[in-house]
Amino acid sequence: MKYSYYPGCTLKNKAQDLDLYARRAAVALGFELVEIPEWQCCGGVYPLGTDEIASKLSSVRALNYAKEQGQDLITLCSACHHVLKRVNDDMKNVADISDRANNYMQLDAPYKGETTVVHFLEVLRDRIGFDELKKKVVNPLTGKKIGAYYGCLALRPGKVLEFDDPENPQIMEDFIRALGAEPVIYPYRNECCGAYTALEDKNIPAKRTKMIFDSADGFGADMLITACPLCMYNLNKSEADSKVPVYYFTELLAEALGVKEGVEQ
Amino acid sequence: MQRIGVFVCHCGTNIAATVDVKKVVELVRFEPGVVHAEDYPYMCSEVGQQKIAEAIKEKQLTGVVVCSCSPRMHEATFRNCAEKAGLNPYMVEVANIREHCSWIHKDMEEATKKAVILARAAIAKVNLNTPLQAGESPVVKRALVIGGGIAGIQTAIDIAEAGYKVDIVEKTPSIGGRMSQLDKTFPTLDCSSCILTPKMVEVSTHPNITIHTYSEVDKVSGFVGNFTVDIKKKARSVDLDKCTGCGVCQQKCPMKKVPNEFNRELNTRSAIYTPFAQAVPNVPVIDREHCLMFKTGKCGVCSKVCQAGAVDYEQQDEIITEKYGAIVVATGFDIIKLDKYDEYAYSQSPDVITSLELERIMNAAGPTNGHLERMSDHKPPKNMVFIQCVGSRCADHRGKSYCSKICCMYTAKHAMLIRDKYPDVNVTVFYIDVRTPGKNFDEFYRRAVEQYHVNYIKGQVGKVAPQPDGSLLVQGVDLIDNKQIVMNADMVVLAAAIEPNPDIRKIATMLTASIDTNNFLTEAHAKLRPVESPTAGIFLSGVTQGPKDIPETVSQAGAAAVKVIGLLAKDKLKTNPCTAKCDVMMCNGCSTCANVCPYGAITYEDQEVRGPGVREVRRVAQVNVALCQGCGACTGACPSGAMDLQGFSNRQLISEVDAICR
Repeated sequence: MKYSYYPGCTLKNKAQDLDLYARRAAVALGFELVEIPEWQCCGGVYPLGTDEIASKLSSVRALNYAKEQGQDLITLCSACHHVLKRVNDDMKNVADISDRANNYMQLDAPYKGETTVVHFLEVLRDRIGFDELKKKVVNPLTGKKIGAYYGCLALRPGKVLEFDDPENPQIMEDFIRALGAEPVIYPYRNECCGAYTALEDKNIPAKRTKMIFDSADGFGADMLITACPLCMYNLNKSEADSKVPVYYFTELLAEALGVKEGVEQ
Repeated sequence: MQRIGVFVCHCGTNIAATVDVKKVVELVRFEPGVVHAEDYPYMCSEVGQQKIAEAIKEKQLTGVVVCSCSPRMHEATFRNCAEKAGLNPYMVEVANIREHCSWIHKDMEEATKKAVILARAAIAKVNLNTPLQAGESPVVKRALVIGGGIAGIQTAIDIAEAGYKVDIVEKTPSIGGRMSQLDKTFPTLDCSSCILTPKMVEVSTHPNITIHTYSEVDKVSGFVGNFTVDIKKKARSVDLDKCTGCGVCQQKCPMKKVPNEFNRELNTRSAIYTPFAQAVPNVPVIDREHCLMFKTGKCGVCSKVCQAGAVDYEQQDEIITEKYGAIVVATGFDIIKLDKYDEYAYSQSPDVITSLELERIMNAAGPTNGHLERMSDHKPPKNMVFIQCVGSRCADHRGKSYCSKICCMYTAKHAMLIRDKYPDVNVTVFYIDVRTPGKNFDEFYRRAVEQYHVNYIKGQVGKVAPQPDGSLLVQGVDLIDNKQIVMNADMVVLAAAIEPNPDIRKIATMLTASIDTNNFLTEAHAKLRPVESPTAGIFLSGVTQGPKDIPETVSQAGAAAVKVIGLLAKDKLKTNPCTAKCDVMMCNGCSTCANVCPYGAITYEDQEVRGPGVREVRRVAQVNVALCQGCGACTGACPSGAMDLQGFSNRQLISEVDAICR
């Protein structure tokens, strides 16, 4: 299976681990990530201005490229996943945005939201299956107690992203189980880390991440996993006493599959 | 040629403000067949009806068109009026220029044009109307009540007291319903069982009432006055007549790990069980899914200990067939599943409970013998938080759009009872609005606030976060102080929305009773016929029609009983003459009509068909007019055009369409 792969900017610098281990895991799992040529930054934040299309065009280009290849579009970063799915939903369902974007783009055929956007975790869950994944694990992470940190962007708005139940998500817990480890459920796993408020007031993410670490640590998590470079940034900056290590989920995946030191596509 | 009179109603300003009624009169005057046209402010009034009657006599009218409100409102009124004036009632048609025109349009010119078109269509139809004669059908003097909660019990008692036989069909092993699970009842705080149990005894000993517990309605056929119902009596595995209700079998049953539904699964029960101590009948059932005898073939303890020899592992499900004149639906409610509301951590913490679970905890016969305690560690709570409107008044897809109506009051009740019995416990209630319309209701709520110092906070809770130490952190907002609130609690109670019993969809389909988007049964008229279904002979009792508390349920149950009694008191009912009719000359016996008929009204017989150049024996369709409800499915499906609906013939409908398109 070939996917049009949209890595996003952060995966090319700060979050190279998220990208690298995903590529290695994909080889082991037998699917191909074909990076979209000349992809552009998704903007990082879904633009809420309803009359604004310029900041959605980069997403539309990527989506349309995948459509032309006849492939689904795969992404890893929570923010890219969020923006791409929402823009895709706009192109499918909001006539005004769709018409104006298409008028501007002058594509060979208008783009109407035909591409399916999938998160890497969704591929593991819905296409490969966690049971299959479990069979391919060579280094089970037995005994490790891992807290999934979803953050907010991966889950909401639930109706558009259709990733998992925003209030009681299971996908990362099932992923952790598939790797042979034990998931730790703690209440702040789907709460915001503070996100871009870090630029304005460092106290906000400091408070949020302390709350997250206190809770995860209190419920016995040895480590956290995330899919979001921004969460990773804020969690890493945290000075909470209860801080536990945070990894990208792909790193643990590559480790469990025995390809941490392997080769990527 | 018909002589048609057209009567245009103003309905005060309801119609006249949007439709130029004078103009309608002027324009329809020249329609084919029209010999008389007039308008009047209220056609349904005595004077209005007089005008119709006079015109029928003076102008020798053979047909009448009334341009007014929906025929569901006043068709019967105008048909009665015409009949009294000597005209066949089925020569009267109503053109709905209110609901279908004036109420939904703003522009007078457009609305007037549409009103004229609707009138023309009705005139075109009346031109082809033929007098029809209503037949008669007998009334079976027996009623069926589906559901044995307080609604069903009250309806059954009231019907039985009037001297008619009533059967109650209850799905669970005992009657009693939700009310039997409650601890105390608002606004008087009397004990629920204490007021319910006498009614349960009354209903079970009444000579006119038969109770079928652990039974379900399996099949319904027939029509008003004459329903035939198959009731499936599930195998109880215990003989109802032999059992003395001693309870030894339940004590000795080795399988005690079955989740106790009656206690909302807060504890367990045995595999042979009665749901609660005051169960009626006080005869246990064997839950075959969990019984070791049925699962492994090895046990038989209950049979061995039963002195009466009542346990019968061989018992089979049994179907009984009964005839009824009327059916009352009283299937009640359940609370919604909370899996979409996990921000309140219901699935994560045993100390987050629903209000119905709290009822069981507070109940002396409940899982904690009435002691208020946390389900996690059985310690008494210090700080309790109640969250209102969980799934009620919900704007998104997760919950219900409506107000569940009972939660404000039962939460005030819970808060007050807890503060009274455990004065050290702090009680906080988060609410959107406190809604207390009802006799002595607001006084009750104010007592909770003023006398018992329950802390009411206007605002919603965003998250209940279980903490590593077992406590619960409640994050909410105080809208009056405009600030965020974070508070510790050791027990959180969710006022979950109520929804109709999920079985209602199946039951409504069997009864051809309509339900709304929330699965509540629809009334024949929201204001004027609130306890009747639009399907004749089907009546509504209790929450099956919409959220309501016990006093309202009992009132409605009585109202439904009165309607049933009114029906059963008649010896014969007029039948609707608008039934399907088969033209045997055109029928080729293909069975298409019988396949689409929802009432099983069509059969086939070999009949000699005589016509020009035809004389042969053919298999042709026969309509049983006693069963036919005139739905018209067969007329649409018939490939040869042999089926026609009297009063709504194909020719009449096409002439209406022609008139509209003219």
